[in-house]
Amino acid sequence: MSVDRAGKSGVRAPGGGRAPGTVRAPGSVRAPGTVSALGLADAVRAGELRAVDVVDAHLAAIEALESSLGCFVTVTAEHARRQAAAVDAEVSAGRDPGPLAGVPVAVKDNLCTAGLPTTCASRILAGWRPPYDATVVTRLAAAGAVMVGKTNLDEFAMGSSTESSAFHCTRNPYDLDRVPGGSSGGSAAAVAAGLAAMALGSDTGGSIRQPAALCGVVGLKPTYGTVSRYGLVAFASSLDQVGPLARQVADAAALYDAIAGHDHRDSTSLGEPIAPCRPAVDRGVQGLRVGVVRELTETDGVEPAVRRRVLEAAEALAAAGAEVSEVSVPELRYGLPAYYLLAPAEASSNLARYDGVRYGLRVDGDDVADMNARTRAAGFGPEVKRRVLLGTYALSAGYYDAYYAQAQRVRTVIIDAFARVYRQVDLLLGATTPTTAFRLGEKLDDPLSMYLSDVCTIPTNLAGHPALSVPFGTDDAGLPIGVQILAPAFGEATMVAAAAVLEAGAPATRPPAVAAPTLLDATGHSGHPASQPGADPQSGAAPQPGVPSRAGTAGQPGTGSQAGTEGQTVVSKAGGAAPGGGRP
Amino acid sequence: MTEPSDTPDRHDHDPGGSERLTREATAHVAVLARLALTDDELDRYAVQLAGVLEHAAQVAAVDTAGRPPTAHPFALVNVLRPDEPAPSLDPELVLGEAPAAEDGRFRVPRILGEAP
Repeated sequence: MSVDRAGKSGVRAPGGGRAPGTVRAPGSVRAPGTVSALGLADAVRAGELRAVDVVDAHLAAIEALESSLGCFVTVTAEHARRQAAAVDAEVSAGRDPGPLAGVPVAVKDNLCTAGLPTTCASRILAGWRPPYDATVVTRLAAAGAVMVGKTNLDEFAMGSSTESSAFHCTRNPYDLDRVPGGSSGGSAAAVAAGLAAMALGSDTGGSIRQPAALCGVVGLKPTYGTVSRYGLVAFASSLDQVGPLARQVADAAALYDAIAGHDHRDSTSLGEPIAPCRPAVDRGVQGLRVGVVRELTETDGVEPAVRRRVLEAAEALAAAGAEVSEVSVPELRYGLPAYYLLAPAEASSNLARYDGVRYGLRVDGDDVADMNARTRAAGFGPEVKRRVLLGTYALSAGYYDAYYAQAQRVRTVIIDAFARVYRQVDLLLGATTPTTAFRLGEKLDDPLSMYLSDVCTIPTNLAGHPALSVPFGTDDAGLPIGVQILAPAFGEATMVAAAAVLEAGAPATRPPAVAAPTLLDATGHSGHPASQPGADPQSGAAPQPGVPSRAGTAGQPGTGSQAGTEGQTVVSKAGGAAPGGGRP
Repeated sequence: MTEPSDTPDRHDHDPGGSERLTREATAHVAVLARLALTDDELDRYAVQLAGVLEHAAQVAAVDTAGRPPTAHPFALVNVLRPDEPAPSLDPELVLGEAPAAEDGRFRVPRILGEAP
C-alpha cells in the first residue's frame, strides 16, 4: 500500500467507490454500516437500526475474521445479544437507552466482568469468573453500550506487542505478519478491523496509545484519577489508567465521557466533576500554544517517516490557527529507566496476591510456600516473571534507595519539567511510538528493545497527565503512524479539540488489509475517516460487502471465535501461536 | 523451604557502577518473589535482568537534590467515605472461584506444625 497524499487538503475521502450492494445484517436490515460509533448510537436511538442487528453483524464479523486476527480471549455473544435486546426494548418503550445505545464495545480482558471469564491473558487466571463488574463496565452498560467480548493483551498488561499473552498472538489488521502493539493490542486490532465499534484499554506506560498508533486508531489515556480503576486488575497502581480506543476522535471522546467521573469504590478516584470532552471536537485550535517536543521527535530511535508525520501534524495545527513552537524537555529521557524500576516494583507487590489461595490456579507443593512458588512458576509467563524478579530486586533491602527511591525522585524531576514547559504552551506534540508496527517475534528475545517502544509514552504516565494518539498517515509501506498529543492534568478536552483538527487534516490512508464489512456504511465509506476504500484489489477486503475479507487466507476459515459458546475462553491457536514464545 | 534473608547479597558489586546481577542473586530474588524457577530460566533471566538493570541504573546519574520522591501523581491522603452498611460479595460465589474451600473458608495446605 502506498500513501495517498490527496487527502492532505483536509477533506475526507469522497464517497465514491460505492460498493456493489450494501452490507446486509442478518434480518436484511441495513447495519452495522454507519461507520462512526456515535452514528450507530444515533440510529439505534432513533429506531432506524435495531441494536440486535448491529451486534449480530459485528458478531458475524468476529466469526469471520477472528481466526486471522486473534483479537479476543473470550467472545461474549449471548451476553451481547441480551444487552442489545434490552436496548431495543428501551427504544420501543420510548425511553433513551443512553449516548452509546447499541454500540458494540470490546473490553480488555484485565477488566472484571461479573460471571464472565477475566484472564489478564494469564494461565494463573484462566477460567476465573469475577464476582463483580468493573465500574467502567457498569458505566458502559448504563450508557447503552453492548459488550461483544474480552480482548487479548500482553499477560497482565506487561508488554508492547500482545505477544506475551499466554493464549495466542494478536495480528495487526494492516499486516498479519506484524504485531498490533500492546498491551491493549486486542482492543486496538478489534477496533481497526471493525470487529467492535470502540474498545476499552488500560495504559500504564503507553498500552492504549502505542497499539492505537500501530493499528491506526485513536487512543486516549486519561488523567490519572478521572476514570475509576475499580475492577481493573492492578499492574502498577500509581500509573494504571483505563481509557477508550475508537476509529474516530468524537467516538473516543464520547466513550471517555461515558466512563469518567468519581467512584467511591476507587480511593484514587478524584472528586472533582469531569467536564465532557465530546463538545470539544468542534472547538478548533485557534490561538492554542502547541510545543513540538524535540525529545519525542528527534530522538535516535524515532524513524524518519514517523518524524516527518509529526512535523506535518504540527504544520496542520499551525494552519488551523495554533501557535506552534519547538520545545525541549531533556528530562523526559529519564522516563524509561525510572519506569522500569517503578512499574515492576509495584507489579511485584500487586502480583503477590496470586498465591494459589483465593482464585485462579493452584499447583500443590510440600508446604504453603512451596505451593505458592510452584503455582506462580506454572501460572506466570516469562515477561511477568522477569518483571516480578526485577521489581523484587529493586525493592529489596540494600537496593531500595539506589533504585526505587531514586526512581521516585526522578519521577518528581519529570513532573517538574512538564510543569515548566506547560507554563509556555497548552499542548505538547510528538511521536506516539518511535516505529511503525514491528514483525511478530522481532523483539521477543530482547526485553530492552521491546521496552524502548514505550519511550515516548511513558513520561505521561509518570506525571499522571492525559495524552492521546491520533492516526496521521502511514509510512511508505502503508503502516499506520500515530501522532501523540500531551496535555497537563485535566486537559482532555483541549487534546480532543486538537486531535479532531489532525483527524480532519490527516493524509488519506487505506483501510486495513483485513477488515470487516462493518467498516462500510451504505455509501461504501470506510470507517477510517481519511481512507479511500476500494482502491486496492489486493487488500480489498473492506469494500466487499458480505464477503468476509481474507478470513481464509491467513487462518482457518470457519473456526476460531466460537461466538456461540458463552463464556468459553477462546483457545483456538488460529490467531497464531507465539513465535519463539518460550511458554512454560 | 527455609525462610530467606532480605538481602540478595550474592552479586558482584563493581564500584565503577556497572552492577551485574549474577545467577546466584537471581536465584535468591526468585525465592523472595515465590517463583520456583528452572535452571534454564535462571540462566536466561540473570542475563536479561542485568541488561535492564544496567539501563535503569541511568536514574543514578540524575541530580535529584532537593526533590522529594513521588509515590503518586496526585497525593490523595485520608480518603474517607461515610460508614454506611452495604451488602458484601456473596461468600458462596467468591469461594466457588477458589482453588479449594471448606466450611465457608479458603482451604490451604497445613501451616502449623511445620519445621521453620
